[in-house]
Amino acid sequence: MFRRLLLVCALALLPVGFAQAQTLQDLLQSHADEVQKPGRRSVGVLIDDLVASELPQAVTFLEAWRDREIVRRDADGLFFRGQGKDPVALIDLDTGEDVGSVGKSEVSQSRPNGGVRKLIGEALVQFQLLDPDLTKRSEAVDAIARSMDASQLAPLQGSIDAEPDAALKARKERLAGMLTAQFGATTQDRVLAIEKISTDLSVDVRAVLNRLLTTQSNVAAELPANANIAKVFEVGADLSAADAYGQLVDAELAPPLVGADAIREALVANIEDGAVGGVQVHALNNDAARAQAYAALAGQGLVPPLVTQADQQASLAAHQFFEVYEEPDTAVTDAALAALEAIETRVGVSQAVDLGLDALSLASIYFLAAIGLAITFGVMGVINMAHGEFIMMGAYTGYVVQLFVPDYTLSILIALPLAFAVTFGAGVTMERLVIRHLYHRPLETLLATFGISIALQQLAKNIFGTQARPLTSPAWLDGALVFNDVIAISYIRIAIFVMALVFLGLILFVLKRTRLGLEVRAVTQNPGMAASMGINPDRINMLTFGLGSGIAGIAGVAIGLYAKVTSEMGADYIVQSFMTVVVGGVGNVWGTLAGAGLIGGLQKGIEWLNPSNTLAAQTYMILFIILFIQFRPKGIVALKGRAAAD
Amino acid sequence: MQRSFIAQNPSVLWFLLALSLFTLGVTILSEAFGSGLISTSFVKTLGKTLCLCLIAVAMDVVWGYCGILSLGHFAFFGLGGYAVGMWLMYARTEALIIESLASQPIPPTPQEISDAIGNQIFGVVGSSEFPLIWAFADSLFLQLLMVVLVPGLLALVFGWLAFRSRVTGVYLSILTQAMTLALSLYLFQNDSGLRGNNGLSGLQNIPGFEQTGQATLSIVFFWASAFALGVGYLFFAWVVSGKMGSVIKGIRDNEARVRFLGYHVESYKLFVFTITAVVSAIAGALYYPQAGIINPGEIAPIASIYLAVWVAIGGRGRLYGAVIGAAFVSLLSSWFTGGGAPDIPLGFYTIQWTDWWLVLLGLSFVAVTLFFPKGIGGLFDYVFRKPS
Repeated sequence: MFRRLLLVCALALLPVGFAQAQTLQDLLQSHADEVQKPGRRSVGVLIDDLVASELPQAVTFLEAWRDREIVRRDADGLFFRGQGKDPVALIDLDTGEDVGSVGKSEVSQSRPNGGVRKLIGEALVQFQLLDPDLTKRSEAVDAIARSMDASQLAPLQGSIDAEPDAALKARKERLAGMLTAQFGATTQDRVLAIEKISTDLSVDVRAVLNRLLTTQSNVAAELPANANIAKVFEVGADLSAADAYGQLVDAELAPPLVGADAIREALVANIEDGAVGGVQVHALNNDAARAQAYAALAGQGLVPPLVTQADQQASLAAHQFFEVYEEPDTAVTDAALAALEAIETRVGVSQAVDLGLDALSLASIYFLAAIGLAITFGVMGVINMAHGEFIMMGAYTGYVVQLFVPDYTLSILIALPLAFAVTFGAGVTMERLVIRHLYHRPLETLLATFGISIALQQLAKNIFGTQARPLTSPAWLDGALVFNDVIAISYIRIAIFVMALVFLGLILFVLKRTRLGLEVRAVTQNPGMAASMGINPDRINMLTFGLGSGIAGIAGVAIGLYAKVTSEMGADYIVQSFMTVVVGGVGNVWGTLAGAGLIGGLQKGIEWLNPSNTLAAQTYMILFIILFIQFRPKGIVALKGRAAAD
Repeated sequence: MQRSFIAQNPSVLWFLLALSLFTLGVTILSEAFGSGLISTSFVKTLGKTLCLCLIAVAMDVVWGYCGILSLGHFAFFGLGGYAVGMWLMYARTEALIIESLASQPIPPTPQEISDAIGNQIFGVVGSSEFPLIWAFADSLFLQLLMVVLVPGLLALVFGWLAFRSRVTGVYLSILTQAMTLALSLYLFQNDSGLRGNNGLSGLQNIPGFEQTGQATLSIVFFWASAFALGVGYLFFAWVVSGKMGSVIKGIRDNEARVRFLGYHVESYKLFVFTITAVVSAIAGALYYPQAGIINPGEIAPIASIYLAVWVAIGGRGRLYGAVIGAAFVSLLSSWFTGGGAPDIPLGFYTIQWTDWWLVLLGLSFVAVTLFFPKGIGGLFDYVFRKPS
C-alpha cells in the first residue's frame, strides 16, 4: 500500500496532462450516479471505462471502493477517499494528498453491495494481472492460486496472451487449467482441462481433483434419480451396521440408541424406595437386570423405549446408504476420477524412486559407519565395541574445529583429516594397550572394548555436556536436488553418498593395490606364514586397527553433518553397524556394501509400509536380521575355502 | 547323592551359610523388627541386589560355564518383571476402581468395572481397551505361570534357531544383543499393550496387603529374594557339577571336540540357555515389585552388558564369583551415582563421582579383563588353595 501511495505521489508530481488526458475525478464525475449508488447491472460501464483509461490511480480507487472508503462531498459533489468514521479525513483520489477533515454529516458514503464488490474484485485482479511490475503480477497469480474462485477464470485467461514472462505465463496457464477444470463453462471445456492437468504430479492439482470428487454421505429411503451418485453402500459389507445406524440417527430417520450410560443414568434418576422398576438396587450389577428395570420404566412411560435389535434391522433395511458427488456433472467426475488414478499411479512410481533414493542415502550412512568395523572385525577378527565411540570422537572433532574455524567449508576440509588423525591415534593406542593382549580371546576383547566404550562415552559427556552439539554443513550443501514434486534429495545426503563411494574406492585400493593391503591380507590369512615372510604382524595389526578407527572418525564427521552430535550417537550406530557387517559377510568389503544396502533398503521399506512408527520399523528389521542369520549364518558374501575357517 | 554333591562342593555350603547369616542380620537390623538400623529403602536395595545376584549366577552358568556370552539375559529379567507387574497393576487398579464405584447409587456391572480399569491403566497411552496379552492379568496364578512360560518360550525358540544354525562366539553375542534391542524398542511403542515408555508403575503396592506397611513388605520380599538366590545357587551348583557339568564345561572349552565325542551339543546349550532365562525371569519377577516401576529402558542392551561386567569382575566360572561381582559392583555403583562418595577436589578441578564413576568403571573393567581374568573370585584361590 505504501509503495502504491508513493507511485501515486510520484505521478502527481508530473505535469498535469503529460501522462493522461483526464483525471480520475473527471472520469468519476461523468459516472457520478454509478459511483454513488452502484448497482450490479450499471457498474460494468464504469469499470470498463476505468480499465480503458489506464489510469494508475484506478487501482487505488477500486481497492478503496471495495473497502467502502469512497465518499462524496455533499457541498460540491467531488469524490474522495475517506478515512476514519467521524470526522472523516478526505484524501484526493488523483494526487493522494490529504485535503482536510469534515464531519460525517457533510459527506455521503458509497456502499457497493456484495455483487458489485465481487465485480470490483475481478476488475482489480485484472489490473494486477496486467500490471507492468512482475512481482505484482506473480502476487496476483499467487492470490488466485490460494483462493481459486470461479470469477478469476476469465481475467486470468485474458491475461495469458499478453504475459511477457515465460515462467509466469506457464504458471498462469497451469492455474487457468486448474480453474477451468473446476469452473469451466461447458462440460467439454472442463473434461479437456482435467485431461490436460492430469500430467501434473503436484499437490495442488491433486487437491483440485479431490475437490471435484468431494462426496457427501447420504441416506434416504430411495436412491435419488438425478443425483451424481459416487457409491452405494451395502450395510454389513462396506459400512458397519453401527455406523449406518448412526447416520440414520443423524438424519433423524431413526430414534437414537439408548446406551449403557444412558440406561444407568435413567435408572439412577428413577430410584424409588431402594428399587427401580420393581428391581432391587443391589441386584442391578448386571446388564440383564438393568435391561429389565429399564423396560419396566419404559412401560410406565418414564423413559424412551429401548431400540431393539429388530428395530435397528428394520430401519437399516428400509434405507439406502450412498455417497453423492457434490459436482452434479457425471462426465466431469468420471474424467477427474480417471485423471486422479493416472496421477496416483505416477505418484506411486515417483514415491518408489524417492524411497529408493532415501534407502540409498541411509545405506551409505550405514556403510560409512560400518566400513571401519568391517576392517577391524572382518579382516582382523577383532570385535570393537568402542567403534561407535570413535564415530562420536570424529563428530566432536568436527565440532571443535568449527569452534576455531568459522568458515564452514574450510572447517569441514580441516575436520575430515583431523578426525582421521585423532581416531587413528586413539585406535592405535587402544590396540597397543588392550587389544594386542587379547587376540586369542575374542569374547574378552568384546568386553574390554565395551569398558573403553563406557569410559569414552562418559568422558565425552563430562567434557561436552549432555546436550546435542551442532556440526553445521557449508551453505552450498543446503537445500535439495528436486526432480519433481515427489522426488527430492538433500545435497547433504548426496555428499554422504559420494563420500561413501570415495571410501569404498579408497579402501578397495588400499587393500588390493598397495603393499600395506597385501600385508594386511597376508596377516589375515595366516599370521605365522606372513611373519616368516618378513612381515611384522604386530605392526600390520596396529596399522589395520588404526585405519579402521580412522575411517570411523571420518564417518563421524559425515554423520554429524546430518544428525546431532551427542555423546550417545555412537551407541545409536553400533548395533546397526554390527548387523551390517554380520549380514554382509565378515571379512569382505563388498559384503559390507551389500549388508548396508540390504539394511538401509529394508529399514526404509518397512518405514514406508508403516510410516507412523519408526520404532516398529527398527523392531521388525532386527527380527528380520535375526531370521536372516539363521539361513545365511555367514552373511550375504560368504568366504569360501580355507579363508572361511574360524 | 545329595551328600556327595555337597561334599564335592563345600563352597555351596559356605555360600548358603553366609547367605543365611546375612539374611538373619539384615532382618534383625531392619525397621520391621524394631531396631531400624537399616532403613526400609536400604532393605529394598539389598533385596534388589539379591535378585541381581541371582541373574548374575544364571549369567555365569551360561557364560562362565557354557561359554555362551549372552548379551540378552536382561530381556528375560524384564519380561519376568512385566509378567508379574501386569497382575500387580491390574489387581491394584481393580481394587481401587471397585472402591470408587461402590459409592455410586447402583452397583456397577462387570463390564463397567473392566472398562474403568482399562481406562485407568491405558489412559496414559490414549487407549482404554485391554490388549490380548492382558487376558490372564486378573489371575495371579496364570500370571506367575507367564513369568516362567513367556521368557522360557522366547529363549527356547531363539536358542533353537541360533544354535541350530551354529551361530557361535561373538555372532551369538551380537544376535542376543539385537534380540534385547528389538524387544525394548517394541515395548517403547505405545501400542505394544504394555503402556509404552511409561511402563508399569505402582508395583510396590501388593494387592491384598494394603494395610501392611512397606517396612514389612520389604523384608518379606528380601526373604523371598534370599530364598530364591539360595535355591537358584543350589540348583545351578548341581547343574554344573557332575557329568552334565563336565559336558557343559567341555562345550565352553572345545565345542567341536565335544560334538565329535557324540554329545548333542545343541541340546545342552539350549537347555542351559533356556533354564538360565527362566531363572533370570524369576529374578526379575522378584526384583520389580521391590523397585516399584518397570519400563522398557530397563531392558535396553546396556543392562545386559552390565550384567556381563558384573560377572567378569566377580570372576567367571565360579558361582560365588558372580554373586560377589553383582553385589559389589551394583552396590558400589549406586553408592557412587547416588552421591554417596565424597568429591575429590584437585584444586583446578573437582572430580564429582556422579560424572566420573562410569569412566572409572569402564577403565577398571578393562583392567580386570586384562590383568585379572579370574576376577575378584580369583582372590579366593590364593586364600584357600595353594597356587599351582
